[in-house]
Amino acid sequence: MVTILSNTQLNDIIWQMDLEAPRIARKGLAGQFVIVMVDDYGERIPLTLADMDPVGERITLVYQVSGKTSLQLSQVEAGEQLSHVVGPLGHPAEVQEYGTVVLLGGGCGVAPVHAQAKAFKDGGNEVISILGFRSSDLVFWEDKMETVSDELIICTDDGSRGFHGFTTQALESQIEQGREIDRVISIGPLIMMANTVKVTRPHYIPTIVSLNAIMVDGTGMCGSCRVSTTDGTKFSCVDGPDMNGFQIDFDELLSRNSRFHEQEAISLEHFKKECKCKQAVQEVEKCK
Amino acid sequence: MPSKHPSRQEMPCQDPGERIGNFNEVALGFSENHARLEASRCLNCKNTPCIDGCPVGIDIRAFLTFVVEGEFKRALEIIKEKNTLPAITGRVCPQEMQCEAVCTLGKVKNGTPLAIGSVERFIADWNAMHDTGVVIETPPRTGIEIAVIGSGPAGLTAAGELARLGHEVTVFEAFHRAGGVLVYGIPEFRLPKDVLEREIEFLENLGVRIELDTVVGKTVEIQELLDDGFKAVFIGTGAGLPRFLGIPGEGLVGVYSANEFLTRTNLMKAYNFPEYDTPISVGRHVSVIGGGNVAMDSARTALRLGADTVTVFYRRTVKEMPARSAEIDHAIEEGIQFRFLRNPVALIGNEENRLVSMKLQEMTLGCLDASGRASCEPVEGKFEKVDTDMVIIAIGSDVNTICTSSTCNIETGRRGRIVAMDASQRTTMEGVFAAGDAVTGGATVISAMGDAKKAAKEIHEYITSGTSSNETSS
Repeated sequence: MVTILSNTQLNDIIWQMDLEAPRIARKGLAGQFVIVMVDDYGERIPLTLADMDPVGERITLVYQVSGKTSLQLSQVEAGEQLSHVVGPLGHPAEVQEYGTVVLLGGGCGVAPVHAQAKAFKDGGNEVISILGFRSSDLVFWEDKMETVSDELIICTDDGSRGFHGFTTQALESQIEQGREIDRVISIGPLIMMANTVKVTRPHYIPTIVSLNAIMVDGTGMCGSCRVSTTDGTKFSCVDGPDMNGFQIDFDELLSRNSRFHEQEAISLEHFKKECKCKQAVQEVEKCK
Repeated sequence: MPSKHPSRQEMPCQDPGERIGNFNEVALGFSENHARLEASRCLNCKNTPCIDGCPVGIDIRAFLTFVVEGEFKRALEIIKEKNTLPAITGRVCPQEMQCEAVCTLGKVKNGTPLAIGSVERFIADWNAMHDTGVVIETPPRTGIEIAVIGSGPAGLTAAGELARLGHEVTVFEAFHRAGGVLVYGIPEFRLPKDVLEREIEFLENLGVRIELDTVVGKTVEIQELLDDGFKAVFIGTGAGLPRFLGIPGEGLVGVYSANEFLTRTNLMKAYNFPEYDTPISVGRHVSVIGGGNVAMDSARTALRLGADTVTVFYRRTVKEMPARSAEIDHAIEEGIQFRFLRNPVALIGNEENRLVSMKLQEMTLGCLDASGRASCEPVEGKFEKVDTDMVIIAIGSDVNTICTSSTCNIETGRRGRIVAMDASQRTTMEGVFAAGDAVTGGATVISAMGDAKKAAKEIHEYITSGTSSNETSS
């Protein structure tokens, strides 16, 4: 059992959860993830470490409410417990002194970008962070990102704040302006990571993506998260999650990641019904 | 002589037509009457070949005698001297290749070996049902801490043995439930999880602590365990890395490793979706690749999850299948189809990356290899295509190196297997021992248990005398 220290809403769909996890906080490095099970009926879902505080013995996770498990996560409160949290899993991000590193974060991916930006800055790199949101009211962690970036570019799809367009377009414009970039890290929706590679490939800029394939165990024993790469089949959980973006078959991964859509919808419906039942029972009891 | 004895008692089973609609245990177990009749067939051979045939050397003759006398508690005490998990081994051991293979009753004309496994299972279940509370006398606690990595058959056995010697044992398990392959791999209908929980509870009563959600090599490293005061470490992490075919199309939607398919279903209880959150989607025409127990488990699970047809494709013939014969029989009874001498060479998908068919190579048997099994070779130019919307790959697994890769002191060999001295189960790292599939690369539950017992004995030697007994001799 792992105690929840806080669970706060950052914008309409994204939440931040801090957990008391001394061992993971001590061991965890940027790029690694944990597997979370909300209760004993739950799925095992991977969430990338967004921040680690070894002294305070806490880890920070950020998640987007999209299905049953994330909705359930958003409903638990500080002081309550999660049944299981295991980690840190996967390889840490490869951090060296590269020079100028550009980090792209899309939506929920902003959080793991934070952990990496911090690591790259500590590693002596010039860090440019490009963060993308649908609109200005969804921007989060701007202050946290400012402290770990030499330059911070906020993008919005609707142009309500900063650069009008996608993070990949902002990256493209940086390249066009003649900015020397030694490495690109892209973390966000699969489509964004695939597009990042399209932008950087012609310029031969080494590009790392953080894969969010569907996992079960997170330790290499099931192969659910396998991806086809130009270097053979790899497991996101133990060979990644960070991988060379140029090698990934993104089309295949996109279809693999949508393979349980039908069941995910059923699960969410089932949960909402149950929630309503619970609420109804509580209301009846209140009336008594 | 056999005519004087009743014939072998048949294991009562759930009706095939009924059982394919549920996940309840297929084999229902012997009644008291069955068990006593069966045990009474024992010839009490002086040379006890059965005991030699048992990888952990259970005194089979002695426990059968107690069963005949109706002394079922005494019978369990005899078993527990050598085997802490009889309810499990009674169910999953390939007895026909071990104790029952050498039973004298099976050697005589028209004879059938004594159903030792079924009687073993009966004894374990009877004692649990009657709550007889068989306790094992343990010596005074030594206070010596030992770490066991992995809670599968090897880890549980080593933990039990070491706890019985009075040591403080902590088992580290990566998953959220203990049991390893017994909980993620072997389905409920073959090994009910409450049976497993009962056996684990017995170990906990011996003083074994189980720490879940701990991936040694990630959450904590072996060296840290030693630094933290553990005097020895036992690695029983098994062979949990699924092998794939290495053919085109393995990334298609609809292609699963048996590990993923069984873990979703067994450990995560996808058969109770949506009460449990983890989903599984089963195809209409399911193909299982492989001929071992895992292939049988996968095929029978797919059927229970609602597949229209399930076909097992094996590159050799029924004779070479490594699965337990009872599992093959049960699969046939349930309507699983078999296609022998077929090996997939390509998996074919549609424009949505979904599996739709499979290309098979026809095979032929060749000469016997070193292990005495016929090799198989492709028949040149002979291919066929079959329609299938789900492929489950059950061709074996390799050792997961997550635990050993965190230290460079443990030598590993082919396919990541831990190098252990045969006689002592010692690894190349001081104070670290290993046994089970992590060393052998993949064998049976009971052989893992046999080696784990050996390792436990060596660990005891090592921590009490400071050296391993085989240190000089090996």
